[in-house]
Parts: sequence; structure tokens; C-alpha cells
Amino acid sequence: MRWRPMAAIALRYFYLLRGSPARVVPLFAWVGIDIVLWGFISRYLNSVASAGFNFISILLGAVLLWDFLVRIMQGVTMAFFEDVWSRNFLNIFATPLTISEYLGGLVISSIATSAVGLLVMLLLASTFFGLSFLAYGVALVQFLLVLFVFGIALGVFASAAVLRLGPAAEWFIWPIPALLAPFAGVFYPLSTLPGWMRLFSNLLPPAYVFESVRRIVSGKAASAAALAWAASLAALYLVLACWFFARIHRYAVRTGLIARYSAESLS
Amino acid sequence: MTELRKTYGEIVAVDGISFDVGRGEIVGLLGPNGAGKTTTINMILGVLAPDSGSVRIEGLDLAAHRSRALERTNFAAVYAPLPGNLTVAQNLRIFGLIYRVGDLAERIATVIEQFDLVRFRDVRCGALSSGEQTRVSLAKAMLNRPRLLLLDEPTASLDPAAARDIRTLIREFTTKGEWGVLWTSHNMYEVEAVCDRVLFLSHGKILLEGPPQALLREHGMATLEDLFIAVAREPLTLEER
Repeated sequence: MRWRPMAAIALRYFYLLRGSPARVVPLFAWVGIDIVLWGFISRYLNSVASAGFNFISILLGAVLLWDFLVRIMQGVTMAFFEDVWSRNFLNIFATPLTISEYLGGLVISSIATSAVGLLVMLLLASTFFGLSFLAYGVALVQFLLVLFVFGIALGVFASAAVLRLGPAAEWFIWPIPALLAPFAGVFYPLSTLPGWMRLFSNLLPPAYVFESVRRIVSGKAASAAALAWAASLAALYLVLACWFFARIHRYAVRTGLIARYSAESLS
Repeated sequence: MTELRKTYGEIVAVDGISFDVGRGEIVGLLGPNGAGKTTTINMILGVLAPDSGSVRIEGLDLAAHRSRALERTNFAAVYAPLPGNLTVAQNLRIFGLIYRVGDLAERIATVIEQFDLVRFRDVRCGALSSGEQTRVSLAKAMLNRPRLLLLDEPTASLDPAAARDIRTLIREFTTKGEWGVLWTSHNMYEVEAVCDRVLFLSHGKILLEGPPQALLREHGMATLEDLFIAVAREPLTLEER
């Protein structure tokens, strides 16, 4: 992979952000609202629940980590959608840019945009609701790593789906995190779920993260083995998502879909 | 290009065509709508895989060395404007980075000057007229000093004066031997003025090939437009000759 072509994709997104408040505000507005909303809910629950159980760490922390995952995924898909919306595929894919460089550029764009969201969330959660990430210890680094890698995998997979199915398919993409959330056990232990749902949860890396969050808050240590397994799963999904994107791109080149993308279907 | 063939189901879009474009040469790719011109260009650009046949750019096989081969090409087409939400300079910088152009700032300044885009440098491409957008696409196409330049109806939305300036500029660079150009156009006067050689395509096959004046003499036609109409209406008659 070469650095300059990847930087070009990221620079393109930076230019778009710089010139468009409509793109900048969503980077922090929705996550900010989420933190405020769940911050007050957690504070209220603290006031009515038995003393000693801290909903701030368990609920607000989970919301923050989940929103981080969503921002990572959307960081990739939004950068990809810019090419969809500006009908830029022909210009982009007729260049020496390789698929890995293109995806690398989308990932850099996502890192930059989700970092803004994460910073705003941390600031709000710690300043107004007293959430301390230090309580998670070094496991926090593992949490963020697992969620980051899985978020990138989701973003790449979603982009491939839109490349294959056409611009209208972006509406399939937005609800993906909402569909996964019940299985990931963001707000409740996985033991709450029926058996068939737990089977699916076992395949989701975020499920291990949120179980670990609850273990730490209840005074136990996070399971290093579980987090290592989650990281391995996330890495596997990332490899599969990149393979899927490359395969869809090959299909698009074989069928002429890239050259006639606005037609949505070639049948 | 060797034995390039592309089919869409039962439809044969390009039927085993072979040709080359030499350095210092402008080759016109002509034919009626649906003849296979854009399909051919898309295959050379690597955005459409041929069913069979190969594309070699400066000896590099496109299928085997995609990136290195495409570093030596560029294109401009009326149906592929640059993103309208970026300025002229931003678009050129992004594509310059993708093509890994050396001394990029200087090169951008040069092409902006060459295509009379100085006053539009910081204007978003979507706010430009179609003719101005065409000039931006052409500036992008020149950015990496391609060895093979593909121009799909490059002057279609330009006024006659601007079109002549562009033709002169491209002719000038081609004469210096900087590149070879594959040029499609429905403007036969333009083709006659600018092309060293033309290929007439019909139903995916090359029916005629040669310098414009030689083809006119050979087929007893007064103008290239007459010859084009003959190819479009009666391709079988010409195929039999």
C-alpha cells in the first residue's frame, strides 16, 4: 500500500468536512445528545436504586462505547457514500488506486471523524456525569481496539453491500447497529437473553466487551481470554469484510457496474 | 489492445478488436451510438474487464499490472465530471496524490494555467458551467503527463473557440511526442482536423482503419461525415469491401 493515494481519499473527506457544517455537526451532535440523555437516565437510576451500584459506569459507559463503534462504522460508510453521491466511481476506480489503498483511505477518514465524536463524548461524560474511564483500567484499551476493528469491518461490509446493490441500498446500512445492539448486550447481561439469541451473541465481538464492562463495574477482573477471543473474532470479520469488498469490486468490474453505477442494476 | 471482446448476455458490445495507439499519435475512435466506443475505453481504463483479449500500456499488461499500467493513463469524459462539491484546486490535488504526481503544487498551477482555470481555482466544480467543468476534467487528465490519454467526446460541451483551443493544445503536446491519444467524437470536422488515424467501429467491430484523407479517397467520400453516415447506415456494405 502506498501512502499518498490513501492520504488523497482522507484529504478528500477533510475538504468536504471543512466546507460543510452539515457534515461536521453530526460528528458530535448525536453522540453528545446520547451522552446527555443516558447521563440523566443513569443519574436518576442511581437515585432510586440501592446504594453501591453505579449506573453511570455501567450504562453511560456502555452507551459511550457503543456510540464509538457506531461512529467508526459510519466514518467508513460516510466517506464511501461521498463517492456514491458525487457519482465519482468512474474517476476513482480508473486510477492506479488499489482496493486496499481505497479502503485504507476510508479507514483514515473514519479514525479522524470518530476521534472527534469520542473526544466530545468523553468530555461530556466525565465533566457532567463524573464517568471515569480510569475505572476500566488497561482493559479500556482492549475495549476500544475490539470495537474499532469490528466497526471498521462493519463499515467495509456495508460499503461493499451498497457497491453491489446500488445507491438506494444505503437505507439498509443505517439500521445495522440497531439490529446488532440487542444481541451485543449493550445494556444487559447476555444471560438475560434466550438461548438462541445468546448463540448469535457469542459471534459478536462487542458482546465480550460489554460483558467485561459489567464484570469490572461489579468488582471482578475482565477476562483476558474473552477479550483476546473478541479481538480475534473482530480481526477475522475485518479480513472477511475486505475480501467481500474486493470480491464485489471484481464483480462490478466484470459486469460493468462501476461504469454504469447510476443504473443501480444491470439486469 | 489485442483481440478485446466484451459481451453482455447475448449482446456483443466489443467483438475481438485489436489496435494500437503510438506515442505522438492521435487516434480517433468513431462509430454510431452503441458501436462499442465507450465499452472499449472502459476496458482500457480497467473499470470493465474484457471477456477475452488484453490491454497493454507501454508494455504493461493491464490485468497483471493494473496500478502500474494505469499510472501511465488518464482520461476525460463528458459523463464523468469531477465531484461538484470540491473546488477545482482540491479536485486536482486529490487526483494528483492518487496518481503520485511529483511537484504537485507546481503541476496543478501549470494545468490550471493551460486550461484557463485560474479564476476558478477556488470555485466548486458544481458551480461551473458544463464547458468549464470539461476544462477541469481535461486538466485532471493531463495532471500525471499520461503516456496514453483517453478522451471521450472531450469538446462536446465546449463553445467553438474553447474547443479549438483545447484541440490545439492537445495537438501541440501530441506532436511533441509526450503521449498517444485515443479520441472519440461525433464531430467529424474535429476528427478530421485533429486525428492522424481513425478507427470506425460498428456493432463492436473495427470496419475501417486509416488516416482520414486516405479513407475518404479509398471510399470515394467527400467528407468524414459522409463516411460516418455510410458506416452507421450500411456497415455490411463496407465490411464486404
